Amino acid sequence: MKAARTRRWQRFSTAERISRGLLYVLTAVAVVWSIKAIDVIPEFLYDAPEQTADLFKRMWPFDWAFYPKAIHAALIETFHIATLGTILAIVLALPLSFLAARNFTSNPLLNFIAQFIFVSSRSVNSLIWALLFVAIFGPGALSGMLSIAFRSIGFVGKLFGEALEEAQRGPIEALTAVGAPRSMLLAKGYWPQVEPAFWSIALLRWDINIRESAVLGLVGAGGIGVALDAALNNLYWDQVGLILAVIFTVVILTEIITSSIRARII
Amino acid sequence: MSAIDRPAAFPVNWPARFAWIGLALYTAYATSILNLTWARFLTGLDNGAKFLGRMFPPNMAADKLDLIAVGMVESIQIAVLATFFGVLLSMPLGLAGARNLAPGWLSWSARGLIAVFRSFHPVIVSILFVKAVGFGALAGILALIVSSMGFVSKLFAEVVEEMNPKQVEAVRATGASFWNVLIMAVMPQVMARFVGLSVYQLDSNLRNSTMVGIVGGGGIGAPLFTAYQRFDYDVVLTILLLIIALIMLTELVSGRIRRIFQ
Repeated sequence: MKAARTRRWQRFSTAERISRGLLYVLTAVAVVWSIKAIDVIPEFLYDAPEQTADLFKRMWPFDWAFYPKAIHAALIETFHIATLGTILAIVLALPLSFLAARNFTSNPLLNFIAQFIFVSSRSVNSLIWALLFVAIFGPGALSGMLSIAFRSIGFVGKLFGEALEEAQRGPIEALTAVGAPRSMLLAKGYWPQVEPAFWSIALLRWDINIRESAVLGLVGAGGIGVALDAALNNLYWDQVGLILAVIFTVVILTEIITSSIRARII
Repeated sequence: MSAIDRPAAFPVNWPARFAWIGLALYTAYATSILNLTWARFLTGLDNGAKFLGRMFPPNMAADKLDLIAVGMVESIQIAVLATFFGVLLSMPLGLAGARNLAPGWLSWSARGLIAVFRSFHPVIVSILFVKAVGFGALAGILALIVSSMGFVSKLFAEVVEEMNPKQVEAVRATGASFWNVLIMAVMPQVMARFVGLSVYQLDSNLRNSTMVGIVGGGGIGAPLFTAYQRFDYDVVLTILLLIIALIMLTELVSGRIRRIFQ
């Protein structure tokens, strides 16, 4: 009885405390190691405030005349690249995500292959995908659209595959029991369960892709990035400032649109 | 014995059908606008075969590997520092953005700042930082700190807004100061999610740190871009394979870390 009274209550078990402690130490070591290794050139740092002030001074006032000349068309192209890239990514990723979902495909090898495609797609950045596609298809919107699509396959596929795995067995078993063909199983068993997840993933990725497609032009893959790259190389900072402001506006608008669509259909 | 007039089992959802048709029409229209023709795609495939032929086998020459190793290590360091400082700064910014803790003017200005940080791609931010602090890893670190703050503090503010207010009330009822409420009532509820977000951000910073080098922000991106411009596609492939391996490894590790803190 006495032992019970003196028992000490602790939030974490010993193993938890040790592993957490180790992680803290590891983080500290990693940070110190990185700080020591990164060489900062002090001469560059001294005039950083001056350079920054100079940067903003050159940006303002914006070169408004540049908008109708080059930005507007590029902006529309960026929008199309992002949207088409998202659509293509969804088309390519859906079959793969069915292969990745362990409750739909019971073959571990196929699961692994699909997962591997997703990880490779996600690890390579959209800008690096764009480099590859520009080398293959040449500069232009086609490369941009493909790089957006290939970067998004992993994202859409992984999340949609997880949504499929969380689908309940009940409706699917019921449909199987009445002898529904596999296409009906998909359309009436899985689809209604994963539809909200599908739309939220698609909208989220579209939102991200609008942001990403704005920089693809830096490596020649079309869109507003091409105009940005030209303005940067010519040191026309008033044009750079205008392009940045346009990108900011578009991104905020996209976010407002996606969140209002999401609130309505999900 | 006429057929019983009963409703269809699955009535047609006309608004949804129109939306799908609209989407299909848009796709066709945008494809034609962007001049994406099948012929162009096919010539591209021809090019692609040549391109892949020059990529294989990956270049494993010792001098190239040394160069790549230096770049990889620098990328990892950029990611570690950007995550550490970005996450550290996100905590106050996220708390300031939470509408249930901070007064209105503070949460709105914090949210505005977060929106600015979030809306620019890390590459654009690193271009600006390269101009401000010069070429090198520092520009990349600063750029990724900004994008980390955008992501982590936005989601952290949402987590704080979703927390259970009862514990806060209970601690407040004992006459605790603001800081005590923060430490005893708020942080225990949100810390696990915060660590989860931070670990996720480490993953995404690693991914982005391979890219900031393209615009002069240090890391593996610089050798990758150089190899690309010199048409050393076999080196490009080596670097890409190493990046994929690194990301897979960190995804495994971060999954473990998240489990420890749950």
